[in-house]
Amino acid sequence: MTIMKIKWAGLLAVTLVPIMAVADQTYDVLSQSMRAKNSVSMDRLTQDSLQAYCSKPRDEANYSTAAAIRESRLAAIAMPADGVFVGDWRQGHDVANNGRGLQYSDDPSQPNGGNCYACHQLDPREVAYGTIGPSLTNYGARGQSDVMLRYTWTKIWDTHAYNVCSHMPRFGAQGILTEQQIKDVMAYLMDPDSPVNRPVEE
Amino acid sequence: MTTRKVLIAALAVVVPIASAVADGGVFDEYREMMGDDNPAIFVIEEGEEFWLQELGPKQVSLETCDLGLGPGVVAGAYAQLPRYFADTDQVMDLESRLVHCMVELQGRDPEDVHAKPYSLRGDMGTEIEALAAWIADQSSGVPIAPGQDQPQERAMYDLGEQLFYYRAGPHDFSCATCHGQDGARIRLQALGNLAKHEDAASAYASWPAYRISEGVVRTMGWRMRDCFRQQRLPELIMGSEASVALQMYLAVNAAGAPMSAPGLKR
Ligand code: HEC
Repeated sequence: MTIMKIKWAGLLAVTLVPIMAVADQTYDVLSQSMRAKNSVSMDRLTQDSLQAYCSKPRDEANYSTAAAIRESRLAAIAMPADGVFVGDWRQGHDVANNGRGLQYSDDPSQPNGGNCYACHQLDPREVAYGTIGPSLTNYGARGQSDVMLRYTWTKIWDTHAYNVCSHMPRFGAQGILTEQQIKDVMAYLMDPDSPVNRPVEE
Repeated sequence: MTTRKVLIAALAVVVPIASAVADGGVFDEYREMMGDDNPAIFVIEEGEEFWLQELGPKQVSLETCDLGLGPGVVAGAYAQLPRYFADTDQVMDLESRLVHCMVELQGRDPEDVHAKPYSLRGDMGTEIEALAAWIADQSSGVPIAPGQDQPQERAMYDLGEQLFYYRAGPHDFSCATCHGQDGARIRLQALGNLAKHEDAASAYASWPAYRISEGVVRTMGWRMRDCFRQQRLPELIMGSEASVALQMYLAVNAAGAPMSAPGLKR
């Protein structure tokens, strides 16, 4: 270990310890304030390292180690096994529109949704869209180059690979969507025939 | 059933379907037509009846229940919750305080009181919901002023803030995911930045609220529970420390604004 590295490790230890103590208290309170229900068990309350890192109040912009996190997450992206990135945009519409899955009120035998419309504008004819994320209307205009395919896949799989502490869920890394569902929603975004890329008729 | 009740019942069926299609429109018309006649008025009446009813093994009413301003004082009490109570050495919200009174004064079994605090969709409202509607109505126009003098009360606010930003579950959601930025919405639902006074005030002041889509009054505790459900986390227990802490966080952020509950919501 170089002196630099030792310095960094020491700095990390000093800054992380108080954060983790507070997180432990928050965890304890939550675990005493909740009960498991249906398919949702209490282990949902345990944070992974990314969640703990992204739970700091107020100074969200002050992320000194973000670059290292980005790199490690980028390295963990699982690209499609068969090299095919795009599926069927019709199926992708259902993925984007469905807000169910993994709540204790949901039927676990049904497929999970991606709920993209909760946060994004997509098909310009759909008025009921959320604004937590940017509009993705006409996303297909960016083309289907290898770079665009890999970029978009990565955003959906684990957006923290580019944007640490984004509010968008890690649909692939957390197993919310299947590989096939991600391909279909990719098509919904990128296929020129998808309503996302068809202008509203005058 | 009065004509008005029939009208409300009929609208309760029509409105949610219509409002799922287009924002505002029908809902605003409904609100205009009802004027000050929020259907919660019937629930408020019921809440007062529950307060006066002799219940439990001890067959006494809740009339001597201390909501923070002294035994039996209801006017203005909701607006200064949550607060620290010396008799339990706890910071309590309305729901945990009501449970305390039901157990201590009326001798009721805590398990029974906790069994079904909130009604399910399509059910009649519960005792807690009715009591909350009546008690909150007695604070209408009173500035929100939760306890912040005691160290326990300030610790509860800090805990609430930590909980607000705590990300967990398969979707990494925290309260702040949806309620941490200005002017955002989910689908058509406006969310509000609850870390800021203005948005926290308009949200906090309007709960408990009559939900047209469900035909019942929902409490602030229920709102916390239902947000956690959507965060893909386990079920929040009514009156639990996390529930009280989050309500304290919102109430302090909202402090100074006048209460206007029960509100009317889609
Ligand atoms: C909880 C809200 C939320 C949900 C649900 C959500 N996103 Fe996002 N998304 C965001 C936010 C916020 C950003 C911007 C920050 C970022 O890039 O991570 C974003 C960014 C993106 C981007 C990059 C946009 C660009 O201009 O490069 C894509 C692509 C995307 N989302 C696709 C999706 C798809 C597909 C779904 C559904 C499977 C989805 N999102 C669901 C919040 C969300």
